[in-house]
Amino acid sequence: MTMPGCMGGWRWGVAHTLMAIFLVVMALSFLSVIRLELVVNGLLIGLIMAVGAIGLSLVYGILKFANIAQGDFMTLGAYMCLFLLGTLFPRMNIQGTGLGPFTFGYPMLLALPLVMVVLATLAIGLDIGVYRRLRGRGVSTVVLAMTSLGVAIALRGAVQVLWGGETEQYPRLSRQFYQAPMDVRIPPDGIFIGLVTVTLVVALYLFLSRTRMGKAMRATSDNEELARVSGINTERVIWWTWAIGAALAATAGILLAVFQAQLLPIMGWRVLIPLFAAVILGGIGNPFGALVGALIIGVTSEVSTEWLSPSYKPAVAFLLMIATLLVRPTGIFGVKS
Amino acid sequence: MSLLAVQGIVAGYGQTEILHGVSIVVEPGEIVAIIGPNGSGKSTLMKSAVGLLRPTGGSVNFRGEDITGVAPENIVRKGLCYVPQSSNVFPSLSIHENLEMGAFVRTDDYRPRITEIYDLFPDLASRRKERASRLSGGQRQMVALARALMLNPVLLLLDEPSAGLAPMMVASVFEKIKGISSTGVAVLMVEQNAREALRLSARGYVLAAGHNRLEGPGRSLLSDPEVARLYLGG
Amino acid sequence: MDISGIISYTTGVVIMAGIYAVFSLGLNIHWGYTGLFNIGIAGFFALGAYTSAILTTSAPDPDLFEDFKFGGDLPALLSFLDPGIDLWFFVALLAAGVVCGVVALGIGFITLRLRDDYLAIATLGIAESVRLVFLNEKWLANGSKGLYRIPKFMGDVVSAENYEFLYLVAVLLVLAVVYLAVQQVIKSPWGRVLKAIREDETTAAASGKNVFSFKLQSFVLGAFIMGIGGALYAHSVRFVAPISFDPLLATFIIWAMLMVGGSGNNKGAVLGAFVVWGIWTGTQFLPGFLSDPNFRLFMIGFLIVAVILLRPGGILGEERRVSRAAQEREGAAPSEL
Repeated sequence: MTMPGCMGGWRWGVAHTLMAIFLVVMALSFLSVIRLELVVNGLLIGLIMAVGAIGLSLVYGILKFANIAQGDFMTLGAYMCLFLLGTLFPRMNIQGTGLGPFTFGYPMLLALPLVMVVLATLAIGLDIGVYRRLRGRGVSTVVLAMTSLGVAIALRGAVQVLWGGETEQYPRLSRQFYQAPMDVRIPPDGIFIGLVTVTLVVALYLFLSRTRMGKAMRATSDNEELARVSGINTERVIWWTWAIGAALAATAGILLAVFQAQLLPIMGWRVLIPLFAAVILGGIGNPFGALVGALIIGVTSEVSTEWLSPSYKPAVAFLLMIATLLVRPTGIFGVKS
Repeated sequence: MSLLAVQGIVAGYGQTEILHGVSIVVEPGEIVAIIGPNGSGKSTLMKSAVGLLRPTGGSVNFRGEDITGVAPENIVRKGLCYVPQSSNVFPSLSIHENLEMGAFVRTDDYRPRITEIYDLFPDLASRRKERASRLSGGQRQMVALARALMLNPVLLLLDEPSAGLAPMMVASVFEKIKGISSTGVAVLMVEQNAREALRLSARGYVLAAGHNRLEGPGRSLLSDPEVARLYLGG
Repeated sequence: MDISGIISYTTGVVIMAGIYAVFSLGLNIHWGYTGLFNIGIAGFFALGAYTSAILTTSAPDPDLFEDFKFGGDLPALLSFLDPGIDLWFFVALLAAGVVCGVVALGIGFITLRLRDDYLAIATLGIAESVRLVFLNEKWLANGSKGLYRIPKFMGDVVSAENYEFLYLVAVLLVLAVVYLAVQQVIKSPWGRVLKAIREDETTAAASGKNVFSFKLQSFVLGAFIMGIGGALYAHSVRFVAPISFDPLLATFIIWAMLMVGGSGNNKGAVLGAFVVWGIWTGTQFLPGFLSDPNFRLFMIGFLIVAVILLRPGGILGEERRVSRAAQEREGAAPSEL
């Protein structure tokens, strides 16, 4: 059984698609059909979604099931960061806002990697306690997805028990938006979002293409049985996958909370549709496809607010996903199985 | 002592039992062929031997060690490598990366071995950066063989190495297998192409409906009238 | 609370449990008998409830500043038929079922040919899109204010304080009819094919069954039943608004009901609805955190995971009469658990 969608061969495809989209969007905004500011906003949201969607796609490619809990992993990551920034760090006298041009302070730079590690550990723990036992029984992938729904509900319940259901905020300093040409306003935190995303994508690329474990992950995604008879310990690969997937979810959750300047327990569940739309658009199991998918989804949903009520954004993502399933179910970069 | 001794193996998928007690033996350095009609359990036998299926009865013994139910990633370390029938390369990995995956369990420097493999398969050397999904069926089979050789196996299990190949390629795959065998590696292969396989093999087994049906030297099975009628097309 | 208060309260609980039991039976057709993973029950819930509400509400009243443009006023329309029972009620239930069935047909047609879990993501998207449409399109169903002039079934026969008892009888009757119908359908050759597909899709396809078509029929039938459940709900609380259909009480809890009761078993589906709803409403009287709705959300997720891990057959386990293989299997449950 080979997976439709694999991680190689994306270089050309991704580059060309991005370039084509970029040109079309630029042309449209110069013709004043759409406001460039919406495009920039869409790109920022797309980058945040991409971080979560890449993690989702990796797990999808290797464990072969739709991890419904990815959105609530994001929520949990965002709230853990709130705990560090709002409660734990101040007690240790680590506090501050307004680092450089950003709304948050230097504690964020400590909190982000810490939350990534904690969430990665939690994901491995969940695999040992739950998913591995089900794999051992040889259950179908749809039962694993069902289980992840239960995990998603429990995670959100835990967040609400620990933090309540009210809107929260990271300690922040309000900042002026940058004024760019063509009436584009860019939030200073957008630069942080771009930096973090680019760093993570480059790091993931190097990991998957240069390291032994990264190549083993791609091999396992391609063909698990063949990986095992090649001597790859696929259980170890699965742990790495969970760890990376959850660390990326944590990052995406934190970035989303920074960008929207608020945290809500339902924030992760709400982005589940754009997340899956991005994964399917990019081809399941292809993390770099998920990046492109997320950017397309982000820009399209944002630009749609020119004509539609902004609350329809998830529905736009959903329609894009349905269109993909109709036209090319394997996604833009997917390989026919 | 035999290199591989499968004793009365019982195995299948879920509730469906496919092998009802099959026994085979492979001696060091020899080529052994398993033939039989579709559904006779040839591939199931391979998967049970290499640990992909957990047998419900019987035992698998390799180099005097009981490896029944051992995980495949641990079996390959012992020198028993396996090439599945189809999907036997990692399509999104380059040829070179496919070979690296073959050497995954090696902790020593495997680069000299890769050089040796490229000498053995010169066609692959020139395309080492190419993705396996771009290769033809015959080339993929070569990559699959090369991958399995990365660990210097003592015994190579090949499931239908000639399946789906053009006649030209079939000949060259069998040629390669002969070459591999001449370096002292034992080969156990399952083949639809029974005539070619038996011609190449020291011994052969005929399976039918999950049982041993016949066994004997390759040449004598070739001339056995029953085998000829059933599996060699008259 | 005095005696009459307790009786009235209990009646309300049983009515709601009965309505949930209808949903649980619908979900059992999807998951228990066919292995279809529907996580957008809330979408069918809302569609069913709104369909019935829109069809039966009288035309918008200018004095009430209502925003919707159309009310079917079915009771007035059908008043010329007077067999002594409110016929419009049953017409509305069927219409709600048909609307859900049609939507399911569309979604199923697109996704059921593809991977198993695409259906899950698509149902999630439908649920969210349905919610957004009812929220944004004020002309359709009064937006966030919702519809609150939904007529009573046999409203003029009993006094206001006794209406609950009458509606309880109506709900239990509808539940009984749905239960018997589903039992008949599952026992039929058609139902046996469904189970064969769930157990081994490849074998079912090899024996000449059009797997896609059977899955689609099952999906439509389950959605039809959910539509009836939604309509029952609308005439029970007689108020529908987008907030009525949040995923917790309109999707997650129904999953917990089916899993706890025993998927693949219609008696279990009904039992699960009564048990889980009993626990859910009962625990609100418990002291401290036990009655915290956030904690109960956590428990719903935990319960789903725990049942899958520890007792995949739920309380009753699957009714075993399909094949010898299923009978022999220890703790048989959906999709080769």
